[in-house]
Order: sequence, then C-alpha cells, then structure tokens
Amino acid sequence: MLESILLTIATASTPLLIAAIGELVVERSGVLNLGVEGMMLMGAVIGFGVALTTGNPWLGVLAGIVAGAAFSMLFAFLALTLATNQVATGLALTLLGVGASGMIGEAFVGQPGVKLTPIYIPGLTDMPFGRLFFGQDPMFYISLLLVAGVSWFLFRTRAGLTLRSVGDSHTSAHALGIKVIRIRYAAVAFGGACAGLAGAQMSLVYTSQWIENMTAGRGWIALALVVFASWRPTRVLLGAYLFGAITIAQLHVQALSPNDIAVGAGPLWFLSEAGRWLLSVLKSVPAQFLSALPYLATVVVLVLISRNRRLTLINTPACLGRPFVPDR
Amino acid sequence: MGTELAGEPATGPGLLLDVRGLTKVFGSLIACNSVDLQIAKGEIHALLGENGAGKSTLVKMLFGTLAPNAGEIVWNGKQVRIGSPGEARRLGIGMVFQHFSLFEALTAAENIALSLDSTTPISAIAAKAKELSHSYGLPLDPGSLVGDLSVGERQRIEIIRCLLQEPDLIILDEPTSVLTPQEADKLFETLERLRGEGKSILYISHRLEEVQRICDRATVLRHGKVVAHCNPRQETAGSLARMMVGGDVHEVHREHPDHVEGAPLIEIRNLSQAPKGPFSMPLRDISLTVRAGEVVGIAGVAGNGQGEFFDAVSGEAVQADPATVRIRNIDAGTLGITGRRLLGAGFVPEERLGHGAVPGMKLSDNMLLARHTSDAKAFLGGGALGFIRRDAIEATTKRVVEEMDVRKSAEDPEASALSGGNLQKFIIGRELDRKPSVLIVNQPTWGVDAGAAARIRQALIDLTRTGSAVIVISQDLDELFEISDRIAVMAHGEMSPTIPIQEATREKIGLLMGGADTGAH
Repeated sequence: MLESILLTIATASTPLLIAAIGELVVERSGVLNLGVEGMMLMGAVIGFGVALTTGNPWLGVLAGIVAGAAFSMLFAFLALTLATNQVATGLALTLLGVGASGMIGEAFVGQPGVKLTPIYIPGLTDMPFGRLFFGQDPMFYISLLLVAGVSWFLFRTRAGLTLRSVGDSHTSAHALGIKVIRIRYAAVAFGGACAGLAGAQMSLVYTSQWIENMTAGRGWIALALVVFASWRPTRVLLGAYLFGAITIAQLHVQALSPNDIAVGAGPLWFLSEAGRWLLSVLKSVPAQFLSALPYLATVVVLVLISRNRRLTLINTPACLGRPFVPDR
Repeated sequence: MGTELAGEPATGPGLLLDVRGLTKVFGSLIACNSVDLQIAKGEIHALLGENGAGKSTLVKMLFGTLAPNAGEIVWNGKQVRIGSPGEARRLGIGMVFQHFSLFEALTAAENIALSLDSTTPISAIAAKAKELSHSYGLPLDPGSLVGDLSVGERQRIEIIRCLLQEPDLIILDEPTSVLTPQEADKLFETLERLRGEGKSILYISHRLEEVQRICDRATVLRHGKVVAHCNPRQETAGSLARMMVGGDVHEVHREHPDHVEGAPLIEIRNLSQAPKGPFSMPLRDISLTVRAGEVVGIAGVAGNGQGEFFDAVSGEAVQADPATVRIRNIDAGTLGITGRRLLGAGFVPEERLGHGAVPGMKLSDNMLLARHTSDAKAFLGGGALGFIRRDAIEATTKRVVEEMDVRKSAEDPEASALSGGNLQKFIIGRELDRKPSVLIVNQPTWGVDAGAAARIRQALIDLTRTGSAVIVISQDLDELFEISDRIAVMAHGEMSPTIPIQEATREKIGLLMGGADTGAH
C-alpha cells in the first residue's frame, strides 16, 4: 500500500515539477510568463489528440512539447518584441489557452486515451519498492533529468551564466553586447515546451483522457512554486513533491477508517492509538481545510527555508517582469 | 583661448581612430551633430562637455550600442561599421561604463567572463584577472559578489575586464565621478602606464582639472556639436569652461563666518540602523548637530550610507527612539515624513523622477503631493472633505517656477517633460517656498547643467541667511567646498566629526572618504 501511495505522489508531482522548472528558466532570464496554465492545457489537448489519432503516445508527448513552445511564442512576440506588459500578456495567454484547448478538445471528451506505459526492467522492477525506482512512467525520469539538467545549465555553463545575467540587469547585458531579446525568446520557448510536456503528462499518464480545463490550476501552483523556491531548481523539486505528497496524503486520510490504522500498525499498539487519535483530529476539521493543506504546507515550508534574505535576493532575477526596449 | 587650430588634429599613420561627421538623431533632438574626432596612438584624449552635450551618445556609437544616422568611422586606416559591442571589442575598442554595466548578483569573475567571447573556463579567467589586477596595482578578489563591493572596487572590475580584452582604445566614461581623490590618483597612474604601453584612451569628463592633468588633447562638445579641438594644458580651467558652457558661469557667492552661534535646529544623536537589504549599508552611531545659519556638507563615495542616512533623517525610515532625530528641539525620531515636515523641515531626495516627483503628473499636482498636509490650510478647502483648491496650488507653482527660473515648454507640464536641471530647480524651489527651518538635500546638482547648479547652490546659501539650517549630501567635493561651513564624511556607514571649511583640504576629506581613521572619534 505504501508503495502505491508513493507512486501516486510521484505521478501527481511530476506535472508541477516539469512546468515549474521550465518557468524557472523563463524567470531567471527576467521574464514573467503567467501563461503556464494556458500552455499546459494546449500541451495536454494537442498531446492527447495526436496520441489518439496516431495511436503512439510518444508522438503525443512530442506534439505536446511543440504545442507548448509554439503557444509561448505568441507571448514572446507580444511581451518581448512589442514590449507589452508581461503580467497582462501572460494572463491573456492563459485565458486564450483555456478557451482554445476546450474548443480543440471538444471531440476528445469521453474518449479513452492512449497511455504511456511505465518502464519494466525484469528483476529490478520486481524487487520490493522496485516499481518506485525502476518501474515508473518515462515522464517521471524525464522530470528528474530536467531538474538536474537545468541546474547544471544555469550554474555550470557559460550560456547559463549569460541567461542569469540577462535576468539580473538587461541594460548591463545589452551594453556588453549580449542579445537580450534573443536569449529571452529562447528561455520563453523552453518554458513553453516544459509546460506543454507537463500538460501531455497529465493527458497521457496521469489521467490518460481529455477533460476540459483538466490542469485545474496546476499551472498557477507551478508559478507559485518558482517564487517560493526562490528560483532554485532543487527547491522547486522539493516544493513540487511536498505539494504532491500532501495532496495525496490528505485524500487518503479522508478515505481512511480507524480500522485501517489498526491493520497498518499491526502489533505496535501505541502507533495504532496515536494514529487513531491523529485521524480523529483530522476528521474533525472541515474537509475544505484538508484540501487547502497542500497549499498551506508548501508555502510555509518554502518560506521557512528561504529565511536567508540575502541568498533570496541574490537568486531573485532583478529584472523580472520589466520590459526591455533597447535604445537604438 | 581654444581655437580650431590650437590642438592640431593628428593625421597620418599614427592615427588610430578617425571619426568624420558622425550624427545621431533621437526624434526631434540631434544628440550628435556631424561630430569629428581624431585619436592618435598612445594618447589620452579628452572628450569634454556638459551633461546632455552628446558625449555618451558619441561613445555609444563608437562601442556599437547605438547606430549612427550618418557619418563614418575609420579605424586603423580602414572604414568600419560597428554594429555591436562584440564587433567593437574584436576591433580592439574597450569601454569602462559610467553607470557600470555590472551584474550585482554575480561574482567579479563571472562579470568578467560575460564580456569575453572566448570559451575559457571561469576559473582560468579568475586566475588571469587576479594576475592582471595585481600587475596594475588594482587588487581584486575574483570570487567576491559585486553587490558587496564599493564603487571603487566595482570600477576596478570594469577596468580589468576591459584590459583582459587587450584593447587598443579604452573609453572611460566619467570614471572619477564615483572615486575618492586618492582612488582617482591611482586611476591616473594606471592610465599613464597604459599610454606608455602604446594604448590610446578616450577620457570623458566634465572635470577640468583632471583633463588638464592627464590629457594630451581635448575635443569639446556643446549641444551635440564639436565647438573646439584644443590642448588642455595650454588652456585655463576658465577658458575650457567657457568652451563647454558657451558663456561665463555664474559664481556662487558666500562668506564663511568664523563662528556660527545659531540655535541648533536639527540634532541627530547616536543614530544606528541595521542594513535594510543585502546591498545596503548599516548606519553606525551617527551624531550631528546643525545650527541656524549654516550649511553642513556630507561628503563620501556613493553607497557608503548617505542614502540610508537621508532616509533616516527625512523619516522615510522611522527610528525606534524618538530622541535620535530632534528638529527644533522636538523629538522627531518616530515621526514620518509628514510629521517632520510639520515641524518645519524640508527634504529633497536624490532621485528626481519617481522619488522627488511623479514623472507622469503635472507640476501643480506634484506640488500638492509634497505639501498636502504641511500646507493643508492653503491647498485644501471644505474642512474634513479636503477639496483641492487648484487656484491656490497653481499660484504657488507659478511662484516657484518664477522664483527658481524653471524653464518649461508648457503652462503646467508633466514633471517628466522638464530637463533634469529644471526639474531639480522646481523640486528644490518647492521646498524653499515653504521657508523651511531645516532643509536636507541629497545630491542637489547631480546631472544638472552648470547654470542650474549655480542657481541651486545660491538658493541654498540664501536660505541659511534667513536663519535656516541646511544639510547637503553630495559626491561632488567642489560643490561642498563651495557652499559648506563644515564638512563631514561618510564611509562604511560611519560619519566623521565635522571639519570647519577653513581647515578642510581635499586631501584630508579624500582620506576620510577612503575610510581612513583620523583617530578623531
């Protein structure tokens, strides 16, 4: 039972993680794209549609990535080339994404989807807890590789340094001859691709069906995670899993009965007593509170670990959300 | 007297850079109007001009960040088009920016790496930078975060970054405006050494003494046009100033009384404050009393706590202990800006647009925003309803504009439509019009042309004649020597004891600005 709970947690956390790590790169370059939710939905619906018509989930994943990136270029053109207000443009992108994905996906509602199958390595996957490490769906491994890759790129490569410099001071970067707009385009495209991938994960792995507005606010949570994680990839990983874990845990708590605890605790009677007491407390609070718990706990934990104001400010992209217009 | 002939333009094979008829137009403003400039190999060439004369526009075109509308650039005998800073660097043009082009959240080594096109690893760049900085006597720690460094140290990074590219021409834009006199001396040594190595330097400044000291030739710009080429050593400071300004500069007149016996109008006692952010200064046990009828100047290199001191005294940063700031013998430490204004104090912050005035609002609205409470009786009517009395506000605005000679294009223009100097005159006039007992001004003439600066300084002195106390925070030592009765220096958040102007020398002040302990506390 524990293994299956952990597996659900991983599946629930993965889309948050993928979308947030993409937005982290965007924000590190100094751009605030509030269109994550919209880009996720576009990735979800197009990924689902392509997988359904071709029967190949991998083509669906690819289509989701391309759809997210292409959709983000609309934002990039408005916010970077035309230097519109990034907040308003990002909100518009989300609204457009919600509407457009609903329209595109009308024919797909209720259709059984194509599921991306988990990997299976004979022997390893069959070990105790083997499914956790060697038997998950490919998106889980991709999401972890993305975190490691982004972390390495940002802090270990020259290109990553250039990207951070653009986010820190676009005027200085421009004076040095760094192509500010071009770098921001690339960052926004990466963020869009990640959001599209996160959407495809939802429609091809998490639920393997298309439901209108199926991301249900995950794009917004990903955005918040980036800020609360003070723009650090490892903290985004922590935040995404914390959020996923508490979301799943509170669902299980709501479904638990005192008997389950006694069974789970076995002969350890004191655990069973403590568990019963905890359950009775949790059951006595309104269910809405439990539903709000993931948000609350994630914010509290990430705020507590970001108490070092100096470190936070150093990691904050100083140009975040400020349009750049070169004087030429 | 400078003429077109005095500094004969270099010609022939020794010429490194030959600029002909370079023009840049922004909308209806001709920032550079057919500018000619010749720089020989191994010379330090000065580019002189007032704020807004087109110096920065010209060098931006030379460094590829601005595209000229007309004209040609000949580099080493070949006509070139410089389309980007990268191209400028490849040609051998390096630049040290006035408002440094550094990234505060990155280390010195990372900052240097960003301007090098190579793919050398950062550790190698750090080692090379360290070695070069020591050989030039400009010690530098490549691993330190730029946000933690003093302005002088930041400039070192810029210079080392520039030298690592091994340029033939180094452009320095107002390099000493942020340095102590001693740091400036060090810079001049470096520049002379570079000249000895055969490098050329384009030195942009409006400080005439420096130009006379180190520059071989000078090109003077006024309103975007070249008005003279000359040899600065054959000129006097006065003749150079006349070329820059195009007329005589009004001299500020004041006599320094030996002894000021006025009543203390503002007292700051043991003011200490923790830093407000990662890149801000703490304030350490600052005490200062300013009496009626005197101007106290606060000198210091930018970023040594002057801004924090201004905020603490003006009430932007409220203190816990009411007795830390006393205005006219009343404890005001816990009062906000409005409370302190009601006690008869006036404040002029450093940043004109966005802090001293709202850029998108009319002058009259800016007048009301500053004085809505202190002049509520005159400006507001209808009792508790507080209707705005436009006629009274507009009359006051008109009075200030006339009093301070604010030149404007419309009857009641938006603040952002005024030039820097005229807006500053308006903001200072807005405070002076209230006849404050205490006036605290941060950088009164920063980026203001010479005429307006003289007008502002005279107004500050005139205010003390009516029995008020004035505190002037400035980076411009000349200004402080001109108007102060006493000078204190801020370094690392501490304030030195005040030095009477008769005993103050540039050297003494400079040492204090560098943080030297005089043993006087």
